Amino acid sequence: MQTVKMVVTGPFNAGKTQFIRSVSEIDIVSTERNISSASEKSVKESTTVAMDFGRITVDEELVLYLFGTPGQRRFDFMWEILSEGMLGFIVMVDSTRPETFREARSILETFHAYAPTPYVVAANKQDMKEAWDISDMRHVLHLDSKIKLISCIATDRDSVKAILLELLYSILSEMENGTK
Amino acid sequence: MALRGNLRDFTITQLLNLIKLANKTGTLVVEGPSETARVAFRDGKLAYAQIAQEDSSLAFVLFKAKKLSSVQYKSIQQRATHISDKELGLLLINGGYLSQEDILTNLQQHFANITQRLFTWVEGFFHFDNDSPPPEDRISVRLDLENLIIEGSRHMREWEQLQDEIPSLEMALKFTDHPGTNMRNVNLSVEEWRVVSYIKPNNTIRQIASATNMNDLEIRRIVYGLLEAGLVETSRLSDGITPVPSMRIFPSKDKEEQKSLINRLITRIRSL
Repeated sequence: MQTVKMVVTGPFNAGKTQFIRSVSEIDIVSTERNISSASEKSVKESTTVAMDFGRITVDEELVLYLFGTPGQRRFDFMWEILSEGMLGFIVMVDSTRPETFREARSILETFHAYAPTPYVVAANKQDMKEAWDISDMRHVLHLDSKIKLISCIATDRDSVKAILLELLYSILSEMENGTK
Repeated sequence: MALRGNLRDFTITQLLNLIKLANKTGTLVVEGPSETARVAFRDGKLAYAQIAQEDSSLAFVLFKAKKLSSVQYKSIQQRATHISDKELGLLLINGGYLSQEDILTNLQQHFANITQRLFTWVEGFFHFDNDSPPPEDRISVRLDLENLIIEGSRHMREWEQLQDEIPSLEMALKFTDHPGTNMRNVNLSVEEWRVVSYIKPNNTIRQIASATNMNDLEIRRIVYGLLEAGLVETSRLSDGITPVPSMRIFPSKDKEEQKSLINRLITRIRSL
């Protein structure tokens, strides 16, 4: 059995766990715990403290694992470990919480420094009325036009599929360009 | 009971508060990840501080503060190796080079800077040695700890913010392709120019800090300013120094098999 993996990262409450949950064929192995910080507690009650872990069986010989990174920065020692051997990564950004955009950018840079693999940025919660426009987010996140910033609704399987496919197209494109 | 423990359990702020409240006399030894600091107190006031690996001699402190020229500093190093700081201080005062206030102010600033650096240490062990006064050959000061604690706490908050902004020093820097401002028209400080001069795709921020003799806080502060100004951006290393993931990305090394694997993934995801 061959295995490959992708990592889903992003700031606290960006929707990483839901993203994996939407496409994983197993109940994701999630280690959520109550949140200690009062400010974060006002946003949601629990967060991922170790990692989420989802699986998509491709065929009898190949399995894709999806790893979600911990939601709180004090667990960022896990990032380097998680980034090892990944095909690529997805940076989830909560489109309704501009106060997290800077952190999303910082996470993106850190992951890219750990492993220079292809990545896409998913602008999550685009179905909500407070969501920022994609073009504004691209500007604030300092994303080059070559970097894929894609509208996302993590609760919608088709939307999640589209993100995963865009990442795979990027990986394939890099391989065909001989840069990988 | 011996005052010793781990910085994870007992912060520098708590330690300094305790020393102040108990009017302690002795030396606090803090063993950080890469440095060891010795900070001496007398009656709950800061008397002396030194990072083990760094020169804390009076001559060096005054040279760093630009109170001595490089020629004077070299001359002292060559000719006055056997005299103590106290003797050197008297010579400088009697020779009319510096006043007593000059010497004490610069030493206080130097010791305060060292103590404030400790606020950024979150890993390490400490112990307080009651029987160890400040070194006799060195000049000690009497500095209240209140302001140091307040200032140190500010540093700590700034440090935490900068760590969020620049989480890793193992990244390289590059000039932005289309900076909003022309570099020639930017007013940079001497320290900023020194950092800018080392920006190359294969130099990590940590290497730049080492080359410019800056600590983690100082280099983060400058890099953050350059990032905010849109002059530079972080990038991965370009010369192969980037840590290569030890785990293999693909099960096979064959390029065609790798492409086939990606195509199988695409087909599977589409079918979900």
